[in-house]
Amino acid sequence: MQWETVIGLEIHAQLATRSKIFSGASTAYGAEPNTQACIVDLGYPGVLPVLNAEVVRLAVKFGLAIDAEIAHRSIFARKNYFYPDLPKGYQISQLELPIVGNGSVKILLDDGTEKTVRVTRAHMEEDAGKSVHEMFDGETGIDLNRAGTPLLEIVSEPDMRSAREAVAYMRKIHQLVRYLGVSDGNMQEGSFRCDANVSVRPVGAKELGTRAELKNLNSFRFIEKAINIEVERQIDILEDGGKVIQETRLYDSDRDETRPMRSKEEANDYRYFPDPDLLPIELDDAFIESVRDELPELPDAKRARFVSEYGLKASDVITLTTSREIADYYEAVANALAGDHRLVANWVIGELSGALNREGIGIEDSKVPAEALAGLLRRISDNTISGKMAKEVFEAMWQGEGDADQIIDSRGLTQISDAGELERIVLQVIADHPEQVQQYRDGKTKVLGFLVGQIMKSTHGKANPKQVNELLRNKLS
Amino acid sequence: MERQTLAQLSAALHDGSVSSREATEASLARIAQFNPLLNAFITVTGDRALAAADAADRLLAEGKAGPLTGIPLAHKDIFCTREVLTTCGSKMLSNFVSPYDAAVVEDLAAAGLVMVGKTNMDEFAMGSSNETSFYGPVANPWDLERSPGGSSGGSAAAVAAGLVPAATGTDTGGSIRQPAALVGITGFKPTYGRVSRYGMIAFASSLDQAGTLTLTAEDAALLMQAMAGFDARDSTCADRPVPDYAAYLDASVAGKRIGIPKEFFDEGLDPASAEHVRTAISVLEGLGAMVEEVSLPHIGASVPTYYIVAPAECSSNLSRFDGVRFGYRHKDADSLESLYKKSRKEGFGAEVKRRIMTGTYVLSAGYYDAYYLQAQKTRQLIAADFAQCFETVDIIAGPTTPTPAFRLGEKVDDPVQMYLNDIYTIGVNLAGLPGISVPCGFVAGLPVGLQMIGPTFGESTVLNFAHQYQLQTDWHLQTPDLARD
Repeated sequence: MQWETVIGLEIHAQLATRSKIFSGASTAYGAEPNTQACIVDLGYPGVLPVLNAEVVRLAVKFGLAIDAEIAHRSIFARKNYFYPDLPKGYQISQLELPIVGNGSVKILLDDGTEKTVRVTRAHMEEDAGKSVHEMFDGETGIDLNRAGTPLLEIVSEPDMRSAREAVAYMRKIHQLVRYLGVSDGNMQEGSFRCDANVSVRPVGAKELGTRAELKNLNSFRFIEKAINIEVERQIDILEDGGKVIQETRLYDSDRDETRPMRSKEEANDYRYFPDPDLLPIELDDAFIESVRDELPELPDAKRARFVSEYGLKASDVITLTTSREIADYYEAVANALAGDHRLVANWVIGELSGALNREGIGIEDSKVPAEALAGLLRRISDNTISGKMAKEVFEAMWQGEGDADQIIDSRGLTQISDAGELERIVLQVIADHPEQVQQYRDGKTKVLGFLVGQIMKSTHGKANPKQVNELLRNKLS
Repeated sequence: MERQTLAQLSAALHDGSVSSREATEASLARIAQFNPLLNAFITVTGDRALAAADAADRLLAEGKAGPLTGIPLAHKDIFCTREVLTTCGSKMLSNFVSPYDAAVVEDLAAAGLVMVGKTNMDEFAMGSSNETSFYGPVANPWDLERSPGGSSGGSAAAVAAGLVPAATGTDTGGSIRQPAALVGITGFKPTYGRVSRYGMIAFASSLDQAGTLTLTAEDAALLMQAMAGFDARDSTCADRPVPDYAAYLDASVAGKRIGIPKEFFDEGLDPASAEHVRTAISVLEGLGAMVEEVSLPHIGASVPTYYIVAPAECSSNLSRFDGVRFGYRHKDADSLESLYKKSRKEGFGAEVKRRIMTGTYVLSAGYYDAYYLQAQKTRQLIAADFAQCFETVDIIAGPTTPTPAFRLGEKVDDPVQMYLNDIYTIGVNLAGLPGISVPCGFVAGLPVGLQMIGPTFGESTVLNFAHQYQLQTDWHLQTPDLARD
């Protein structure tokens, strides 16, 4: 039988606020355990939550970016369950009336076509703390620094049909929240993670199969692997005549398998009800419009503009608009250079990305800032140096030896473009190699390469290759 | 020393006829003498109180004192107090010292009042007789065999017996007004949101409201002036100006309209009590107020509505007491689940557990719509009934409780009978309105309370009516035998 995979994702993005969603404690990552948890985060008797207005602004910003309905009135609800890392015994979240309603994003499929994935809702909630098992022999410690960290839970419709699509969707949301500054999207620190609802059904079937929920997938690679493995598992069960049970499963990246976390029998009844400590959030049009005014150019729009404004290839544009930082960098160089946009694109995608990847740093930390790269590329455009020499200069710039002109100067890399001098060198090489010259004139034009090589050798690679080629042809004809 | 009102004590402190230290020492002495009989206090903070009194005396000497500087006061043990035990009447918090002060505690300390201790209460404010306290029941100063009501029973008994001139309380379903009625003092619950709930240990967040237990309405106005106002730490706290309550006390009630809900004078009301309440209303009529019958058609649903809403909220609010971070923790738990189960089983009393279970039930999948959601709807109907009445009347008057003080042990095994004791007070909480109980007579030597209810943020009106009534009567000046020297 042919099977169709159906996937919906619940993405948790940590909102980029300085303080927590309901208290003034810091959200900074990596502090000593329990040093960033105030009495509100600790759920002390008598304390009350006060909503951080910035959380609302960021949530609305995301909603507007996916063209979603923004609720003029939304409410917080309590999700009740006992767990040691949940200090109050309930999580403040939203159930009915979430702040962001139906929206959608477009993803690019492998075949180059676009697909729309519907977003059901996005709601604000607080994160829990974490249990620490390693540090205490036979006992569990609790670090509540994370408790009360603001999250936006973004829930999709079950619109994805493969692990690749799920990854494309997650990348798209990741790109969006980072463009918007709504979240730093840092997956290592847990600022961006997702749960995947995965089911399979016979191709052509209308009804959804029974789903399993895969928890806490925190890298693009794991999502793809986990989903593929889960799909295989479900198909195996169904083809053996069995039934998939609805349950929560955990992906174990070491063993590359999913295994049950808790079954439905143990599932909590969360007893959601409106949180009486918090008033409904009432948003008027003026506020929503003021947030809309803050929206930056979004990835889809930027891509279209890069194609039309800079005349770049679609595939290059995708790379250059991956993040706002890369796009901004590209534009800074391209605008400073006022010249060859494709040259800039090639350098940003090629040499620069290579160097960044080598060092594992982001473009915002590039050791060659945009102005400096523009300075280098300018020397290619005006024929001061060849593209090959430029790579050497770039490497030196990366090592901190100075700007392009200083390095070209100190290394004597200035390209010989003086017509008179080049002519003298060309004539000398022609004189020195009568045999090869004869061969060329006899129609063995391949020999030209040898002669160019000789010229480059005698100039230590500094001769302008384009001019050398032209001169040689002229003199030999 | 006779019982003294805040107003009298304030005058004495300012004219130098008594010092704060003397007033505080007198209060501590009475606590030492009578608390063994009453069990009104869980904690007495003598040394701290005397230090605060000396500081107050310095302010008085320097002429920097406010109207309440130096006056002894007790806080219901539901308010968090830094460095002092805050038990909420529960074994669960029998070891809990709060790291911070509640907003009410801060505000009254800033006004110069001297805290002499923390008063006994029903466990987590769940009870109407003070019998659910882990620290034992409180006795009614008028008859030690009887209940002072609850949950602010300790505060009520302490004020009635003259151990302190005033005390704070909280009122979720009548927990200030009912004990005030049963011990013959003035109990005032402001509009929901008028006083910050920050630092007040939550029972039912949408109903809880702090208020005052005093001898007179004038004293309630004085205390309210220091307690009321916006607090950014409580999202449900009203951001609106606080009127000068004392300034409005002397306004005439002539020409004002009093609504008498016919539903309040039903067969459940003790006839002798009803007679006193009617007489009290006629006193106000004598001052020129106009009386008319009104109807609260949905008020009959208030007790069942309350016993869905309040337990639902409490079942969630009390989840934080899990033995993990503070409070009672079972020592020999061998798993996480047993830590939770044993700590909560041993830390909470029967009534608290009953309400947690009720609340958990009404919020459960499959029952939520039938109970919780339905209760939210009837709550709105009840509130709408009151709102409709206040379109034509300035105040609503009636009994505070169906009967005078009942015997300790009489209702403790019958939760429904106990719950019905709050039948006239609970609707006011569901509607979030201000209400007061003032003494209006005695039945067989036991005080009877007159309840007056105002519109939203109508504190001034309620206090004005109560004060005008007290100018005409002396029921509030009657002192239990116990409290006479």
